[in-house]
Amino acid sequence: MKAGVVVFPGTNRERDMAHALTLASGQTPKMLWHQEESVDGLDLVIIPGGFSFGDYLRSGAMAAHSPIMTAVRRFAEKGGYILGVCNGFQILTEAQLLPGALLRNAGMRFLSQDCHLKVEGRDSIYTKGWSAGDVFRTPMAHGDGNYTASPEMLDRLEGEGRVAFRYCREDGHVQVDDPQINLNGSARAIAGVLSENRRICGMMPHPENLTDPAIGGTDGLPLFKAIVEAFGV
Amino acid sequence: MSLTVDGELARSFGLTAEEYDKVLAIMGRTPSLTELGIFSVMWSEHCSYKSSRKHLKTLPTKAPWVIHGPGENAGVIDIGDGLAAVFKMESHNHPSFIEPYQGAATGVGGIMRDVFTMGARPVANLNALRFGDAEHADTRRVVDGVVRGIGGYGNCMGVPTVGGETNFHRAYNGNPLVNAMTVGIAQKDRIFLSAAAGVGNPVVYVGSKTGRDGIHGATMSSAEFDDESSSKRPTVQVGDPFTEKLLVEACLELMATDAVISIQDMGAAGLTSSAVEMASKGEVGIDLDLDDVPQREANMLAYEMMLSESQERMLMVLRPDRTEQARKIFEKWELDFAVIGHLSDTGRITVRHKGNVEADIPLGPLADEAPIYDRPALNKEPPAYLTPPADPVGIEKALETLIASPDLASRSWIWNQYDSTVLGQTVKRPGAADAAIIRVEGTSRGLAMTTDCTPRYGQADPYVGGLQAVVEAWRNVTATGAQPLAMTDNLNFGSPENPYIMGQFVQAIKGMGEGGRALDFPIVSGNVSLYNETRSDTGLTSAILPSPVIGAVGVLDDIAQAVGLAMPEDGELLLVGETWGELGQSLWLREICGREEGAPPRINLVAERRNGDFVRQQIRQGAIKACHDVSDGGLLVAIAEMAMASGVGCYLQAHPRELSMHAYWFGEDQARYVIATSQADKLMAEAEKAGVPIRRLGDVGGSDLRFAYGTRLDVSHLKALNNAFFSRFMGEG
Repeated sequence: MKAGVVVFPGTNRERDMAHALTLASGQTPKMLWHQEESVDGLDLVIIPGGFSFGDYLRSGAMAAHSPIMTAVRRFAEKGGYILGVCNGFQILTEAQLLPGALLRNAGMRFLSQDCHLKVEGRDSIYTKGWSAGDVFRTPMAHGDGNYTASPEMLDRLEGEGRVAFRYCREDGHVQVDDPQINLNGSARAIAGVLSENRRICGMMPHPENLTDPAIGGTDGLPLFKAIVEAFGV
Repeated sequence: MSLTVDGELARSFGLTAEEYDKVLAIMGRTPSLTELGIFSVMWSEHCSYKSSRKHLKTLPTKAPWVIHGPGENAGVIDIGDGLAAVFKMESHNHPSFIEPYQGAATGVGGIMRDVFTMGARPVANLNALRFGDAEHADTRRVVDGVVRGIGGYGNCMGVPTVGGETNFHRAYNGNPLVNAMTVGIAQKDRIFLSAAAGVGNPVVYVGSKTGRDGIHGATMSSAEFDDESSSKRPTVQVGDPFTEKLLVEACLELMATDAVISIQDMGAAGLTSSAVEMASKGEVGIDLDLDDVPQREANMLAYEMMLSESQERMLMVLRPDRTEQARKIFEKWELDFAVIGHLSDTGRITVRHKGNVEADIPLGPLADEAPIYDRPALNKEPPAYLTPPADPVGIEKALETLIASPDLASRSWIWNQYDSTVLGQTVKRPGAADAAIIRVEGTSRGLAMTTDCTPRYGQADPYVGGLQAVVEAWRNVTATGAQPLAMTDNLNFGSPENPYIMGQFVQAIKGMGEGGRALDFPIVSGNVSLYNETRSDTGLTSAILPSPVIGAVGVLDDIAQAVGLAMPEDGELLLVGETWGELGQSLWLREICGREEGAPPRINLVAERRNGDFVRQQIRQGAIKACHDVSDGGLLVAIAEMAMASGVGCYLQAHPRELSMHAYWFGEDQARYVIATSQADKLMAEAEKAGVPIRRLGDVGGSDLRFAYGTRLDVSHLKALNNAFFSRFMGEG
């Protein structure tokens, strides 16, 4: 598998992502500086977390207009696989590669804690490490993770099986109006979505931070194992 | 600005009449406004340590593993594998009261710069916070802003905030303490220092542009607060964590080359102190041309540029043949890069602006003739040992009250606003163990880190306050299985011009020194914050509790050996250390009886070391599943905290007959640890052999605390009480 991790000024989880990919594949991914103009030859582009350009205008807004995103858009048009986590998810929505937007957390505070996700999306390399309905634990760390989209789009995402992950309780119970479960107030408790062709995935929590047995557990590892399996080591 | 430089202006800049006379003698003429500004900040308490220096010299600072002690931007210790830990703690108390968000944020930004200036990548942040009474009208504003500010800066930088502590006390109404600590990791043979070298070498400015923010910040933090403090808001700096993120990456990229001769961050007193420090440490002169300084505002005066405390700036001396290579790195990171001068052989700092010489000062006298005061110090008679009062409520009710109180309530409302997992190396997150643990990337080694201070002990007896902060920090590192290696300190006190406050300061340092020497636990960096006082309308001043905060770092050879405090599913609970039932200055006495009285607990350094070494050794042998030191609230609170961390309860045997029930369960006797083990018999035998007092507490299991007296408390009930404070206090949820 040839994976590349995009680094913008202000990206700060690129090392975490590289560490998770290395654990899963035994190979170190390539780091892609935001001014690069091509991502050709890669199997997978990952946009990791952080505060690209300080998130000063709107989370992900500036990064969505940087040179590498033109290349990433071209890559997407050709059916390329892209994973955006946290700030990466925000960037993918700003670049309109995924529908919807991420608003300030409903409680108006940064949230850094473990949460539980219910796996829902079908037929994607990002979800097939689990069975539909499985629940896994993962850290989250964001201020703007409150997913929103038009009711029509939300219906469509659900109808097409494009809700990849939902916030839930440890036992799998989803309760949209319970701030202890749907921590950031996301529409329909959506934590991650898929593109129409299911090759682009955006999610707010950080499965990459729970992939090492020495660092809290491997609950997030199935996501990376499945990706590696899809492309082969 | 048409100010006349005279004694009166000097006084308004914070210089005394004697100090101004000294300036006149050094200069041999009336100084310019810029020169007066330079003297006033360099000779401020904040930069010169003029009241504290004599006493700081008595602290233990050496050990075979210490690479750089006090005097550099941060302390440096050897952690094995060719690596070094670089760390320091620094206060941003005064700005955090005036403007809590920016005050705390720039405090975090400043301490991270101190660490990466030395060539280390910051890998962990901790914060020791002290707020006013939770009932006081202004406390919520300060808590909200400080926590948001710390999170806002640290989260954006991508440095995990992994630990710290928080207290509430009315003595901090109007003068909160924000002490930020950063730990970084560097190659031990690639440490960068500030001493400049090489006459003619370029002096390079990098980072943000200079504005008018923070002018005279250093002198502000050397004055007490009054009603006009809020009018000083313009002197609080504004932080830009995004720029600092670029700065750390650019600096570390540059430091991987051989371009950097010396480097110094522009912190308090900005360009002045960085230039003076680099040149005087290197015993060279420095010529600056302010026309070349990147500026954010128009028509800035030399005086303003020299005193600006704009954030996210660095000064470096580079090899001339590497200047262009360095420029390219900073251009890549879209940061300003400007050659603003060069080193000279004059031994003077010469500042030019628009063709005029605005300052020309001999560096030797500016640095060496800075005033040093041996201020009079008086001690108050320490209070007598407390005659233990009767128990008015029973131990079950007392436990419920204590764990719900502001000082013992769960801090998760705070932690959950700090990114604690970024970098992917956090082994023990906030609250999981007595010290936070991170893995050293690419190794199996871990660093254990904590901050500690019990100001109410210091208020009663400042010597014990200093000593206890050291031993508690040492215990907290030990309780994870790590070997404590060194400390940084942040000494927060009132006005040193009050002999009783000066007495507190001197005694606290004496206590810290004694603890450090007995435990082979040197202090390698630190910061002093004086004048933490508030003047009320009536003209009376009130000082904070003496708060000598200790930050400690220890090392684990293998993170797999680390233990946390969460009660395991089964096993037995043991208590290591002796219990006398010390209720003086205890939280039980304060929260249950409403009294802050008596002598603080006695400290026996021989017992501390013996008991701690035993516990650490047993953890490393895998005999201990969980460990928690006994501190605030005493034994029963420690057990409840272990239970709340996992939801598992335990059975608890009755108190020993020679002690009263409440003194046994809530006394704050030192040198004690609660441990959970499945090898109790073996541990008891080995403790006896080692001369370590040990006692069975009961069996682990179930979902409640079950007392031999027939009563019981549900762990989930305790958790609900423990979690209630912050959301109620902040008016959320």
